Amino acid sequence: MKQEENVLLDIEDLVVEYHAAGIVVQAVNHINLRLCRGETLGLVGETGAGKSTTALSILKLLPERTAKMSAQKLFFDNTDLLSVREADMRAIRGACISMIFQDPMTSLNPVMTVGDQIAEAIALHNAEVLTKQEIQKRSKEMLELVGIPAYRSNDYPHQFSGGMKQRVVIAIALACQPELLIADEPTTALDVTIQAQVLQLIADLKEQLNTSMILITHDLGIVAQTCSRVAIMYAGEIVEIGTAKDIFEADLRHPYTIGLFDSIPDLALDVPRLRPIEGLMPDPTALPSGCKFHPRCPQCMEICKVQHPSLFVDQEHQILCHLMKNSDAQDLENGGPL
Amino acid sequence: MKDMVQENVNTPLLEAIGLKKYFKTGNGLLHAVDGVDLSIPKGKTLGLVGESGCGKSTLGRLLLRLIEATEGEVRYAGENILNYRAFQMREMRKKIQIIFQDPYSSLDSRMSVFQLIAEPLLINRIYSNRRDLERRVNELMETVGLASRLSNSYPHELDGGRRQRVGIARSLALNPEFIVCDEPVSALDVSIQAQILNLLMDLQDQMGLTYVFITHDLSVVRHISDECAVMYLGQIVEKTNSKELFKNPVHPYTQALLKAIPVPRLSAAMSHERILKGELSSPVNPAPGCRFASRCPKAGEACKKDLQLREVSPEHYVMCSLWN
Repeated sequence: MKQEENVLLDIEDLVVEYHAAGIVVQAVNHINLRLCRGETLGLVGETGAGKSTTALSILKLLPERTAKMSAQKLFFDNTDLLSVREADMRAIRGACISMIFQDPMTSLNPVMTVGDQIAEAIALHNAEVLTKQEIQKRSKEMLELVGIPAYRSNDYPHQFSGGMKQRVVIAIALACQPELLIADEPTTALDVTIQAQVLQLIADLKEQLNTSMILITHDLGIVAQTCSRVAIMYAGEIVEIGTAKDIFEADLRHPYTIGLFDSIPDLALDVPRLRPIEGLMPDPTALPSGCKFHPRCPQCMEICKVQHPSLFVDQEHQILCHLMKNSDAQDLENGGPL
Repeated sequence: MKDMVQENVNTPLLEAIGLKKYFKTGNGLLHAVDGVDLSIPKGKTLGLVGESGCGKSTLGRLLLRLIEATEGEVRYAGENILNYRAFQMREMRKKIQIIFQDPYSSLDSRMSVFQLIAEPLLINRIYSNRRDLERRVNELMETVGLASRLSNSYPHELDGGRRQRVGIARSLALNPEFIVCDEPVSALDVSIQAQILNLLMDLQDQMGLTYVFITHDLSVVRHISDECAVMYLGQIVEKTNSKELFKNPVHPYTQALLKAIPVPRLSAAMSHERILKGELSSPVNPAPGCRFASRCPKAGEACKKDLQLREVSPEHYVMCSLWN
């Protein structure tokens, strides 16, 4: 087991709901997540699984009017983020926790030079200690670090290609050497050869700066190459979490995880047809009873329709499914053997 | 069945010969598609792979004559459709269709599912009475797996997968023979992606459709296509059957592209040496010679000369100075 002091991020029982026009969207439903220093956790799931909402709640960037967030525990580096005031939160964002957004085309300011945009992040957190010249110098160093020549710092975003823009976004996110980097689909908008460059860059910088990372993606290939631990999300829940080895190679896996793997064409295998998961993601305003995956699950049983599964735990590997049963008596009481 | 296939190999349904499309820009001529030769047998799928900006969508549109070619021919069943007059082309369009990439922007948001699917039938005045039209639309919805209760829904009420099914129903409405699928699954989630891929393959089996399948996703291409062409800056740099391409890639670009795919297996961890440096160079007034040379790890003097596609093994064509 990991030591307590090594835990950088500790989330317990996080719930996020969006309230709008009388409708309640249950975006994140009681998730627990722990991240250790230097670790890369992959957060995998399809559109609407709650991945981005989870990320935004760590940064407390959820829209105030519509989102309602609650948690037992939301600790970052022994600071209770739940009780931190907005002004202090602004000091944490960018300096301690920063985020790379999915679309580099829209997350940069089109009327500011890229050098100024990087400098803005540095100035915001180091205005007292650094002079203007030093900030400019740091900004140029960051550009070089992500592989863009410093002379381009006076160029505007539209003068860069998609891959270069994403490098700028990474430079901004890493400018203050945060302890935690949340990357929300950082390469989805990029071509494969550029994607490989950017992933390599993130991995190198993470190593160099000893940053912990949460990588949000729907691409299991990217997860295999970059993550040490993986959490699979479905309908606002973490249905399976474990080491990369658990998720990719263990015999016991959640039916949804298996379905995800079967949906991807395998380069090494010839199959006449893929075996997709039938049906669609459930409506988050009216989630199914019992196990939220039961309407699409090929191994659905009667109990799945009525009772929410309890967590199956095998060391670091945890699965939320009725098919797996813990051997201890407490769980037998809950559901009984099947 | 075997004999039929044999016969069809000799008579391609669609051929492109020396096809070129140059766009005028402020800085000079943009060589979007530059001398492409293709031939697609009936009932088969040609995969067209490449990164953004390589000209694959432009080529798809040229094949359907949705944009006019600068030079070259597109032959459909032996006839050059680029010489067709407008009325001939209108007849032709019933046979050749397209499925667009983004189901969010390719459907008119103010039309219902019924209206969207009925539109091609109405434009071509296929049915004289409402009952036949309704029957056909229902039939199409069933074919693509849309519940009939959705016929009065609007696109914003549907998820991406269902929207793409509407797009597919529209392109099937006139019983086409040939469909260009322009990144039909790129905007969809993986589990939905697999459903749509299976649908497209089932439709091909049932109706004998011929596809050009444009995508940047190599694992999808290997799964769905019989033949595969890799494009780089307007040119086809390698062309062969899909299995051979993935087993035996010859062009340095194809090799780099295949190595860049993240494989969902732990044993296939990323390594430095397989990452391609640099980015696509500009397609405006490209210098003569190999267009990939500036990024190619094996580039040399010979790459400055203009190259041709060469057959390196049976039915395996490559444009590379290493093989000239």
